Amino acid sequence: MTKASARGVALLLAGSLALAACASDEEPEAGGNTGATAEDLQVGLAYDVGGRGDQSFNDSAYAGAEAAVEALGGDVQEFSPNEDGSDRVEGLANLAQEGFDPVIAVGFAYGESIAEVAEEFPDTTFAIVDSSVAELGVENVTGLLFAEEQGSFLAGAAAALKSETDHIGFIGGVEMPLIQKFEAGYVAGAKAVNPDIQVDVEYISPAGDFSGFGDPARGQILARSMYDAGADIVYHAAGGSGTGVFQAAAETGNRAIGVDSDQYQTVDDPELQAVIMTSMLKRVDNAVEAFITDYSEGNVQGGVDITNDLASDGVGLATSGGQIDDIQGQIEEYRQQIIDGEIEVPSTP
Amino acid sequence: MNRLRRTGLALLGPVLAVLVALVISGLVIALIGQDPLRALQVMVDLGDAPSQQVQSIVVILNRAVPLFLAGLAVSIAFRMGLFNIGVEGQYRMATVVSAAVGAAVVLPGPLHVLLVIVVAMVVGAFWAGIVGVLKVTRGVSEVISSIMLNFIALGLASFLLTGPLRGSAEGASIITTAPLPESAWFPGLNGVLGAFGLAEPRTELFGFLVVAVVIGVVISVLVQRTRFGFDLRATGMSASAATASGVDARRMVVTTMLLSGAVAGLVGLPDLLGDAHSFGTEFTAGLGFLGIAVALLGRNNVLGVALAALLFAFLDRAALPLQFADIPASVVTIIQGTIVLAVVVANEVVRRLTLRSAERAGAAATGAPPDPGADGGGPGGGPGPDSGPDGGHRVRTGVPGTPEGARA
Repeated sequence: MTKASARGVALLLAGSLALAACASDEEPEAGGNTGATAEDLQVGLAYDVGGRGDQSFNDSAYAGAEAAVEALGGDVQEFSPNEDGSDRVEGLANLAQEGFDPVIAVGFAYGESIAEVAEEFPDTTFAIVDSSVAELGVENVTGLLFAEEQGSFLAGAAAALKSETDHIGFIGGVEMPLIQKFEAGYVAGAKAVNPDIQVDVEYISPAGDFSGFGDPARGQILARSMYDAGADIVYHAAGGSGTGVFQAAAETGNRAIGVDSDQYQTVDDPELQAVIMTSMLKRVDNAVEAFITDYSEGNVQGGVDITNDLASDGVGLATSGGQIDDIQGQIEEYRQQIIDGEIEVPSTP
Repeated sequence: MNRLRRTGLALLGPVLAVLVALVISGLVIALIGQDPLRALQVMVDLGDAPSQQVQSIVVILNRAVPLFLAGLAVSIAFRMGLFNIGVEGQYRMATVVSAAVGAAVVLPGPLHVLLVIVVAMVVGAFWAGIVGVLKVTRGVSEVISSIMLNFIALGLASFLLTGPLRGSAEGASIITTAPLPESAWFPGLNGVLGAFGLAEPRTELFGFLVVAVVIGVVISVLVQRTRFGFDLRATGMSASAATASGVDARRMVVTTMLLSGAVAGLVGLPDLLGDAHSFGTEFTAGLGFLGIAVALLGRNNVLGVALAALLFAFLDRAALPLQFADIPASVVTIIQGTIVLAVVVANEVVRRLTLRSAERAGAAATGAPPDPGADGGGPGGGPGPDSGPDGGHRVRTGVPGTPEGARA
């Protein structure tokens, strides 16, 4: 037997394996998820890279979906993409194909492909968090957007009011438009309180490299250098890297501002809890829950964006820990001015 | 008979590794309270309807193509004893530049595609060439410089994308280069699937599959059947012996890195030309690192790399149905990780087995046991690197053994 024929046999084996896999398994539903009845909600939830358990964005979306099905009855099927996110489209399409409706894509990364998938499954109702659909022209997708710059404005105002050194900082996870919205609002809020305040801005990783959302070590180094340079409050919009920012704050005896969820509640280390002055809340859970409720009542318009802002309590400042209780009056004033349109918050730095 | 034996030994490593990995993964699945057999069944279930099955196969193939190219790029350098960890940076740079060049010009179809491919290969080769030049002129370890160049490539690609090469609107949440005009799109292969009477899948099968196959054949011929390939393998087995017999090792290092980089430059193209049509912040990253695992599993043999890429792509797809069956998809990551670990161990075991059998064969032929440190000569074959064909094998550790080197 020659080498060539050995290879031939190997190929043949591989080929027949593939064929066998095609031929077998005709029995219905290995997953057991297709037996949806008309009344029961079958919610499909497609996460961003990182999936469930990120203590942030994805978990918040899950909490919303869970709350909705608890109230309305039904089930949630989750999908987390692989590490490089290359199977996002396939996962989204599979959720629709398996009959889940509505299907909610969590994260702007789905923005590239949601229109394509939604057009393929015109009878399914889709929603996407953090991505605008108004210009896609697809009727069965709703965009769930957040006015992060408004919430960040309040965070900036709070930081400027509480800063003793007139020097604060911002750490973004990845230098991309979504996170720059946080920066823009934060800087604007700080300058509104004190036009001369110094705001240091740093990003952990450049656009296209998403490691900045999961790198506490680098978050800690950056925050440390800001505190050493004289900043006494640092606001992070860096997902999982935020823990590092809190650690740096604890080490240097300074304070930090959390993001997305009420991190005073979610961080489990009391030492870190003490440094979290407040958190900029982004209520993905509320938005998801409201969307599913609308869907069950037949109220989803489709093809439009729903912006969750200060007025709808889609974004805001957390008060747990009581560290900003004394400036609550001023914060409330700014909040009202933004809602009334007296203050226009920029969304790009 | 000897060949059969060697082929068997060469196959033994990967097969053993996959089996061991499956057993370990099965144990892990059982430990987390799931049924391993059901998990396996879910993983091999490609779907009920014919269109679903074809779709699954297309998904696997589409994933396998870039993995194969990445694995091939790594394996070319491996054959020469060079560890090119820089494939990640090489393909990133190549993709961003070729995407921009492709978008900037208008050419008739095939020429346009060819231009993008050539640009990608040149950029990839250039980026890898830096590593080669640093190694031969300054003695910098290619491992260090290629890792460092990955970081530089990441930053540089990001700078290019957000700066001069930005094509998407200001404020868009996904930043991309300008889209490629239609003349630069690589036609898909769904028409061919249809001709075979297969159901139409949802996703287009990458036409780049054909290019990948051609590249695989070319590399295989180049390494196995040319003077250059011989020098490459000889240098990989023993650099000093190769130099002594007249191979210019310095030139070989640079040429090999250029070749490896040129192939690495292609890694992003199946997606760029076949689906995404632009490079952006969401462009698939990390293929270069997966390529190392694929090359390891494929034992640096072109066909082996192809099979390894298919296996990884198959596992990758399996993550999807597993989640639908409420089995954590991390099972797939565990399997992939254990396979790589098992391969390293199995390669070592097989290497020792080969060594022993070669020693026995050598002893039978010459009547005296050969020096275990040297390349064992087969029956009738003289010792030394030139005798690679017969029972020659890698005795250095650190780089996986190359069965091809032993069998050519």
